[in-house]
Amino acid sequence: MPTTTADRTDSTDPAGPTTTSVHPRRRSGTARAAGLVGAAVALAAICVLSVSVGAESLSFPQVWRVLWHDDGSNAALIVHNLRVPRTLLGLVVGAALGVAGTLTQALTSNDLVEPGMLGVNIGASAAVVVGISVFGVTSASGYVWFALLGALLASTGVYLIGIGGRAATAPATLVVAGAATTAVLGAFVNAILLLDTSTFDQFRFWDVGSLAVLGSGSLRATGLFMLAGLLLALPLGRALNALALGDEAAQGLGVHVNRSRALGAVAVVLLCGGATAAAGPISFVGLAVPHVARRIVGPDHRWLLPYSAVLASILLIASDLVGRTIIAPGELQVGIVTAFVGAPVLILLVRRARLARA
Amino acid sequence: MTTSTRNTRRRPTIRSRSDALSVRISPRAIVVGTVFALIATTAGIIALTTGDFPIPVADVAATLLGNGDPGTTFVINELRLPRILTGLLVGTALAVSGAIFQSVSGNVLGSPDILGFTSGAATGAITVLLVLHGTTSQATLGALLGGAATGAAVYALSYRHGLAGPRLILIGISFQALLASVNSYLITRASLGGAVTAKVWLIGSLDSRSWEQVRPLVIALALLLPLALYLGRSLAYLEMGTDTAKALGIDVERRGLALIAIGTALAAVATAAAGPIGFVALTAAPLARRLTGSSSPPLLTTALAGAALVTVADLAAKQLFSPTQLPVGIATAAIGGIYLATLLVQQRRRT
Repeated sequence: MPTTTADRTDSTDPAGPTTTSVHPRRRSGTARAAGLVGAAVALAAICVLSVSVGAESLSFPQVWRVLWHDDGSNAALIVHNLRVPRTLLGLVVGAALGVAGTLTQALTSNDLVEPGMLGVNIGASAAVVVGISVFGVTSASGYVWFALLGALLASTGVYLIGIGGRAATAPATLVVAGAATTAVLGAFVNAILLLDTSTFDQFRFWDVGSLAVLGSGSLRATGLFMLAGLLLALPLGRALNALALGDEAAQGLGVHVNRSRALGAVAVVLLCGGATAAAGPISFVGLAVPHVARRIVGPDHRWLLPYSAVLASILLIASDLVGRTIIAPGELQVGIVTAFVGAPVLILLVRRARLARA
Repeated sequence: MTTSTRNTRRRPTIRSRSDALSVRISPRAIVVGTVFALIATTAGIIALTTGDFPIPVADVAATLLGNGDPGTTFVINELRLPRILTGLLVGTALAVSGAIFQSVSGNVLGSPDILGFTSGAATGAITVLLVLHGTTSQATLGALLGGAATGAAVYALSYRHGLAGPRLILIGISFQALLASVNSYLITRASLGGAVTAKVWLIGSLDSRSWEQVRPLVIALALLLPLALYLGRSLAYLEMGTDTAKALGIDVERRGLALIAIGTALAAVATAAAGPIGFVALTAAPLARRLTGSSSPPLLTTALAGAALVTVADLAAKQLFSPTQLPVGIATAAIGGIYLATLLVQQRRRT
């Protein structure tokens, strides 16, 4: 492993190439729970902020009043039809992306991977392009179904090519299968966009990833998928911990290896398909958040999954908030802000980390 | 310098008297390299003869020897030849750059497209195109600056008590994500016409490339390629990991830095000329390696593979949807993706 140069004196690295290293600082359950509660409080605070701040300046008491008493005023309209749905969308999409990221990294034993690399984003993009170009879809609510279908089909395809019916084969093939699918579908998308410029004109706005474009309808259409994915994913923590020790060890610990992998894969597809359909391709959240979470709670997936959900929601809602206030009354799409917020954080973490896994 | 135990006996080796320079010759590598060269040449000849204005091979030959009529001379010398040469040179540069990065980072994912260098070059170029409203040749300068700046930043941030492959890749991916989102943002801000121009640029195109692109490419490759081939001999050791390479007497830090500088320069020059043509850097090296069965990165074969890949892809993109011409980057991505998928299926059959 070419990591020794970065190792420090407290190195306790008994890890083989497939295992997560033992974290040097053990954290007690109470400390982790307290941290999670703290993060949840921060999330609640940022949600309140997201509802009360926006292009139209409304005072906080005013927002608070119309939030509970819909009096039909302009302010109530803004809060109920724009800000609350948008915040809820950020909450659910964020949680979905964070959990999907952690799951993907665990299932592929590769922390350089994010779900977008496994065909989800490109599948959704390809289907949306077909929807606009062939079926003449113009409304945002129409995109949702195409994106969902495309994401589901492409990621299922990637899993089938990558796993090939044998769940035990090297997870690295999943990444390669994802890269292959991304390349081929990407070529298809680009070809259509260049042959049909009016489609390109619509598509380029979906492509950046935004919580605003699709509105509240998208959450109603996709929320169930994401919730199902979350319910499926959160109990997998123990199984993922065992899988990190290698398939044989996991089996020895009484984990159904193939069933856990399959459940995890289904959850990733539901979560990412739903998120991409709801808000467009938002990259980087699924890659960066698990790294941050791992720095905070260590490699235990029972804690990593909920932490990733909360942290990713915070990142997404905060990024959206920054995006719509920084150049108000204009708006910077959330996908751009997450990259700008997430990249420096990840770079900082990577520079400080010992990178126990090669 | 050869340390490979099994193959040395069978393989003829050319050595200078002091043994300072030695080249091991693998018959299989020569065959594979020749095949790639033939493919590239054939694609080039087909590209010279076909198009909106078909020219028979005999006339092409006459024109190249300086005996063509003015019309043909213009089409061949000013339109088709520069395009083909740009494709060949860009393919070579990208392939060698990819091979270097993959070996130094010890990971197939460590190609310049994934490490963000080509995205950086693209950001530089479309900033010039869309924000400063510059011309295409000014965009070239933007691409060079963007690529070099990104390369320097990624290297500076990844370097900490030495250069670890995973850190390089993670930081590269971070930059890639950052710059890609800048690129899509710039595209949403532009007029539709500007956005299409930028999109074509982002995909990578050889359309209407002239001697203006060929000349700097030739100069850059004449300088960089011999250096890459010379220093590239230590890539096999770097792949063994920092410690092993050090134990074998390689100055890992300095070699790594020199090779990365060369790889970045190659990627930036290629991207400046033709945009970030995807997948050439990623696939050429593994392809060459598989076909030659070599244990060390075969840079020369890789270079030829890259040249063949780009010329064939450009021909396909030009002819498949004719009269509409698609940029070459679409074809390289499709070819690269299908290649990767076949590789996976083959692997599965074997196990």
